[in-house]
Amino acid sequence: MIKPTKSDALIRMLGVTKMYVQPDKYDIRILDDITLEIHPGEFIALLGPSGSGKSTLLRIVTGLAEPSFGTVLYRGRPVSGPNPNAAMVFQSFALYPWLTVLQNVELGLAAKGTPPAERHERSVKLIDLIGLNGYEDAFPKELSGGMRQRVGFARALAVEPEMLCMDEPFSALDYLTAENLRSELLDLWLESKIPTRAILMVTHGIEEAVYMADRIIILSKNPARVVADLPVGLPYPRNRKSHDFLQMVDTVYKLVTGWADDEVEEEHLAELTETRNPERPRLKPIPYGHLSMLSGLLELVADRGGRDDLYHLGSELFLEVDDLLPVTETAELFNLAEVKEGDLYLTSLGREFVEADVGDRKSIISDQLRDIPMFRLVDRVLRSKANHAMVKEFFNDILEEHFSVEEAERQLKTAINWGRFADLFHYDTDTELLYLSEDQLEPEIQSDDMQEMPSDR
Amino acid sequence: MNEMTDRRSGWGMADLLVGVVVLAILSLIIAWATHAPHPHPEVGSISLAYWKLPLYALYSWLRMAAAYVISLLFTFVYAYAAAYNKRAEKILLPLLDILQSIPVLSFLPVVLLAFIALFPGSRIGVNLASIVLIFTGQVWNMVFALYHGLITIPRDLRESALSLNLSPWQRFRTLELPYSMVGLVWNSMMSWAGGWFFLMAAEMFSLGSRNYQLLGLGSYLQAAANRADWFAEIAGLLTLVGVIVLMDQLIWRPLLAWADKFKMELVEGDSRVRSAVLMILRRSQIVAWLGDRVLQPLLEWSDRFFGETIPALRRKGPLPTLSTFIRTVVIIAAILVLVIALQGTVRLAQHLSWSQVALVFAATGATLLRVVTALAISVLWTVPVGVLIGMNRKWAAALTPVTQIAASVPATALFPGIVALLIHLQGGLSSAAVLLMVLGTQWYVLFNVIAGASAIPEDLREATKMFRLSRVKVWTTLILPAIYPYLITGLITAAGGAWNASIVAEYVSFQSHVYTTFGIGSLIAQASTHGRFPLLLLSTSSLAVVVVVINRLIWRPLYNRAAERYTLSS
Repeated sequence: MIKPTKSDALIRMLGVTKMYVQPDKYDIRILDDITLEIHPGEFIALLGPSGSGKSTLLRIVTGLAEPSFGTVLYRGRPVSGPNPNAAMVFQSFALYPWLTVLQNVELGLAAKGTPPAERHERSVKLIDLIGLNGYEDAFPKELSGGMRQRVGFARALAVEPEMLCMDEPFSALDYLTAENLRSELLDLWLESKIPTRAILMVTHGIEEAVYMADRIIILSKNPARVVADLPVGLPYPRNRKSHDFLQMVDTVYKLVTGWADDEVEEEHLAELTETRNPERPRLKPIPYGHLSMLSGLLELVADRGGRDDLYHLGSELFLEVDDLLPVTETAELFNLAEVKEGDLYLTSLGREFVEADVGDRKSIISDQLRDIPMFRLVDRVLRSKANHAMVKEFFNDILEEHFSVEEAERQLKTAINWGRFADLFHYDTDTELLYLSEDQLEPEIQSDDMQEMPSDR
Repeated sequence: MNEMTDRRSGWGMADLLVGVVVLAILSLIIAWATHAPHPHPEVGSISLAYWKLPLYALYSWLRMAAAYVISLLFTFVYAYAAAYNKRAEKILLPLLDILQSIPVLSFLPVVLLAFIALFPGSRIGVNLASIVLIFTGQVWNMVFALYHGLITIPRDLRESALSLNLSPWQRFRTLELPYSMVGLVWNSMMSWAGGWFFLMAAEMFSLGSRNYQLLGLGSYLQAAANRADWFAEIAGLLTLVGVIVLMDQLIWRPLLAWADKFKMELVEGDSRVRSAVLMILRRSQIVAWLGDRVLQPLLEWSDRFFGETIPALRRKGPLPTLSTFIRTVVIIAAILVLVIALQGTVRLAQHLSWSQVALVFAATGATLLRVVTALAISVLWTVPVGVLIGMNRKWAAALTPVTQIAASVPATALFPGIVALLIHLQGGLSSAAVLLMVLGTQWYVLFNVIAGASAIPEDLREATKMFRLSRVKVWTTLILPAIYPYLITGLITAAGGAWNASIVAEYVSFQSHVYTTFGIGSLIAQASTHGRFPLLLLSTSSLAVVVVVINRLIWRPLYNRAAERYTLSS
């Protein structure tokens, strides 16, 4: 761990907490009590699963958003409003399409009131540095994705920020372009060609983080807490094939996927503590796994002899950990596979699933779904109605008791998708009704422990 | 239509509240107009000499331009307030909905009387009244366009403006205005078209025995029809078309081509609007010099000026006690005005008898029937023709300019001539009124159908060929669903136009004869001509209510369904 003295911190986050207050419902906590320091000379990667609130944290650091509790200090002074010493690079580039490259780069300087001549000179110099000379008068739509992000970097660097904040700056680019831009940015940074004192990069690419950063901070999800804060001691330029590099990637992978195990335990804990309030038990969220991807993944693991390294699988399938995790979580939820120390194992049910044909696979999944509280809830409600139909709105309202509005919508969308796949219930998009057909009424779900279901009000 | 993209449905208390307030203020205006002294009427003399036409066209154009400038200013203030003030938004949006449903033409005489009373003995009053009426005809869709632009600015662009520390003024000129520019230009074009519609009707009319006349193209056309001078009528129409085509070539086309760069697309589209005029301007040395030496320094200066004044104003802002005092005074004054206005409403309403209410009810029904017929006729001819044009590139290239010119002629300009031709036919004005409505509204439907048909992807058309679908099947499975959202959009605009047109279509004075047919439009026209203000208030509110209710209960659900189910991009 880097343990510098407190006085030289560029940014100090003290107990930063962010909640979305929902009237009459649970407040949704995005960030929970995050305390971190950023020092001059650091290149920090902020890593976490999607929806973990890492972008929100970045926006709080730059002053674009305000924390619900806690403070952010910049050189010892509280940040309120956009921090003029921090600049931001966006995933979507966020360029103004009606301004030329030069005008886009000049924008921040114009806001500072720099006189036109000086503004022009500095911008042209920076455009040269970032490799865009000749394109000063081009409009963003005439450029390729990589060039656009170069403009994004130039615009941010033009104001000579002490802090450079980047929100997944390479994830909208194709592989080669991203790689090229990464190493160029590293050159600028390592050779001090830019006056930036510290870089904070949000990413979901583990390799990217190990390749670029000298410190990696891993966040958990729902709500985000700091799970790990580890230095990357590898010398630059880093070799992706080297043993140490792969070792580091593996460690980070285990920490990121291991967090998933921890979370389950934490949830058990939460369940235990929340039995004190039996009226409102929590509904567990389901992962957003695509069932077609699930089949593909399990078949691949079966071909590998029933077990494979997650990192290996991800790079083989060209999936970032962000896209891979929902699928593995779904596999675990259905008892088809288990994740241990960064490896994915098929269970016996998983093997059976891989052997089965489409029809049998559906029935395996439908058996598994019947054990999941959300589906038991849907089933019970539909059966209890005389016409075996219920409006989607009703379930949405129940879910919004437990999740944020967007999360509830995503949960229900996934649930409907799975329910349709497993032929548990039908959904009519026009009438927005969930309903049971005659043949779906047949097998009744065992209703042994119904008390853990949320009471529909 | 922009107003439909906002998917609010259902009714709020705000709707009711705003409706009552609008009603009260309308009756206040009416009460003022009835009690104001009426000076001698202005009887202008329209000369039918051809050489006067350019002058008349200029007068008409100046009135339009003045109204447009006012509309633009109003748009910025209103849309900003609605987009950035949550509390104001709750009132301003329903208000906009109601205001745009009030038929402007029904208030022509009332507004005129009010303005003449303000400026007795001069033409200013009449001119101002005409400008205000045109303003009310063109402003609403522009407000919607800017409001919609402001609230849909992508979060990333907003955040980048924040993180670059742009001042409010810089944010306005580099982000908010450019982002809304395309919608604003399109809606300005629509507003000018709407403005011509009202201008023609607003220049000449009679109130009881008095004739009010403004020098302009509209009066010229009316006078020519009255005197049955058909050569003058045609010359007037040609002048009008000439002005509209000139505007299109010199102003709208260059503006549209220029606004192309404000589109949010990150790939270059293939359907770029081109304008030779814009090219000439862009390549001209003088324009470049002006840009470098005048515009650029001006922008620099404005950045500095607003950068200093806006924060200073914020810091110095009036003392808290003073500002609360002012606010209290304003609120009390507003309540007082409202009470007086409501009293006026009650007093006007006392003059109403139940038979009149029944009459208004029946008349609304009769006009509703006419509007539906007009829409049906429009759909029947525009759907086949529009699909034919839209699905065939050659035809589209050849016919689009023709239809655009035809559509640009405001229907009200044709009314005098058409009435003269049709008034003696079977059915008289009753069927002529439907035709007039069709004339005024069919273009909205046609253009939307063409747009919809030309947007059908080639692969879907090829699939229908592969499956050898019958002609009927192709229509029911591909063409009709594909043009459905466009058709609905066109019909919404057309229906609004048809209701408004009923006032000029159901009551026509021609060669010193007055021709009427039973309907809410003629009721409104008669009530205002004879100064029967209680009836005017009742019939106008009834028309506004019907329009709002139909919008909410029929058009909005249809539109939402179209947007969800039948949109081709997923």
